[in-house]
Amino acid sequence: MNHIASVSIRSSTAALDVPAAALRWHNLRDVALREATRLSAILVLVLLGGVIVSLIYGAAPVLRSEGLSFFTTEAWNPVTEKFGALGPIYGTLVTSFIAMLIGIPVSIGVAIFITELCPRPLKRPIGTAIELLAGIPSIIYGIWGLFVLAPFLQKEVQPLIISVFSGVPVFSRLFAGPPYGIGVLTAGIILSIMVVPYITSVTRDVFETVPAVLKESAYGLGCTTWEVVRNVVMPYTRTGVIGGIMLGLGRALGETMAVTFVIGNAHRIAPSLLAPGTTISAAIANEFTEATGALYTSALIALGLILFLITFLVLAAARYLLLQLERRAGK
Amino acid sequence: MNERTAALGGVALKKPTIEAQESHGTEAAALPEKISVRNLHFYYGESLALKNIALPVYEKKVTALIGPSGCGKSTLLRVFNRMYDLYPKQRAEGEVWFDGENILAQRQDLNLLRARIGMVFQKPTPFPMSIYDNIAFGIRLYERLPKSEMDDRVESSLKRAALWDEVKDKLHSSGLGLSGGQQQRLCIARTIAVRPEVVLLDEPTSALDPIATAKIEELIYQLKSDYTIVIVTHNMQQAARVADYTAFMYLGELVEFGQTQQVFTRPKETRTEDYITGRFG
Repeated sequence: MNHIASVSIRSSTAALDVPAAALRWHNLRDVALREATRLSAILVLVLLGGVIVSLIYGAAPVLRSEGLSFFTTEAWNPVTEKFGALGPIYGTLVTSFIAMLIGIPVSIGVAIFITELCPRPLKRPIGTAIELLAGIPSIIYGIWGLFVLAPFLQKEVQPLIISVFSGVPVFSRLFAGPPYGIGVLTAGIILSIMVVPYITSVTRDVFETVPAVLKESAYGLGCTTWEVVRNVVMPYTRTGVIGGIMLGLGRALGETMAVTFVIGNAHRIAPSLLAPGTTISAAIANEFTEATGALYTSALIALGLILFLITFLVLAAARYLLLQLERRAGK
Repeated sequence: MNERTAALGGVALKKPTIEAQESHGTEAAALPEKISVRNLHFYYGESLALKNIALPVYEKKVTALIGPSGCGKSTLLRVFNRMYDLYPKQRAEGEVWFDGENILAQRQDLNLLRARIGMVFQKPTPFPMSIYDNIAFGIRLYERLPKSEMDDRVESSLKRAALWDEVKDKLHSSGLGLSGGQQQRLCIARTIAVRPEVVLLDEPTSALDPIATAKIEELIYQLKSDYTIVIVTHNMQQAARVADYTAFMYLGELVEFGQTQQVFTRPKETRTEDYITGRFG
């Protein structure tokens, strides 16, 4: 096909008296660019495939010995070589859920403030602060969480929560037990702090793409700022906002270091959010060095595979959601 | 509309700056002023964009603002619904009376003002939602209507904007799927659905082809039986076709205001004559 194309180009430009050598050189550069970019794109696919294959290969032993119960049991006992991944799966999902519950409203609020309401002199400082927040290494969040946030929660916040919700159905179970400081809730809070800069900066950027005239026409109908944001800015930037949220969720699901510091690393599912738990990535990071047996190692790799699948499912769900939204908007 | 307005109209008409009154005294004196601009100065930061503007906008008439780019005509339009308020460095001084209220007053409720003075922009700006919702959106801001009544309002607004026949079978598809001219009529329908008293048009046809332009102009002609219209246009033929009154602005000043026919055939100012005959601009 390339060959035919180049021939026809040559014959059609012959009349223009372009030197054949120059033309060939152009053609060559185009071909080189095409091949180089194609190669890069293929490389991505090969890498992805390689990761999947090696995860499945590494996870095979434990999946063979445990079967489906690997996904449905909570027991994690390296000594007797009984492995169940439910604890870390639960921890991963719950901490990320808490992070999103707190992080999304705060991020969108910050983005709305920066783009719609912020006095000009404040705009840059806040923006810069958010970018700096995104740049802080996760280990620092971990240390801060362990030495500052967890004791604070233990002394000031958790006793209050426990006493407020005692007696309230459902909530008294969610917020029961002694205030350890470290635990699922603390991990969720640390994660929410970590995802805010991500979601905020993406959301702010897409909010700024809304044409001024579109916002003006909504204001022109007599909308308040909230009505403009809710009905014009949000629908216009829906795709971008969901993309930003997914970026944050991806980070929350996979975050390792900070979570390991504050979650307590216990392989069990406690009904209370104040109790210690673990997440997939925290379990892998914690236990890889002591995983001596082949089955133990395989179990950790299988955890990795599950995290990969969760991330994939989340992305797929996001795509599906976007498709539904677009259909409803009648595009 | 009420006695206060009539009184204001009377006061305004005594002012010598309003030239329409001088040449066509009897006719103009009978017309109530919907909006009266007095001693209006407008600033973008430090720079003065409008200098001492005084202008009447007559009720249920079309007033055109013409002039070269940068003369301040769009700025003046954006004073009428306080759109400039969105931008912190812009400010207006003076008085703009609208039904007995100075709309430049601090305590003016902007949302209410903008519901009463609607605006259509240079580029069509349908909201990212269905055609139906584009219209219903503005109505829902102020009124809770049952479904059937809302349907009627949407239909009548679209009919008023001469768009109904083209979209009645696809009311629930996106407004972004319409052609440019249809989108602009959708924006007009959206504006009048809120039942404003004044409609501001900021170069509404500059992004449209001649056929779509003709439809919008026809529409403007029909709308003036119910609405007071102010239109900014670059196109002098358009001003001559649609407007009852024309204001010529130059470098932030109101050079001449009068009945359209008079401004175009017997301009009093040489600058007006130079502009409409194409000697500068």
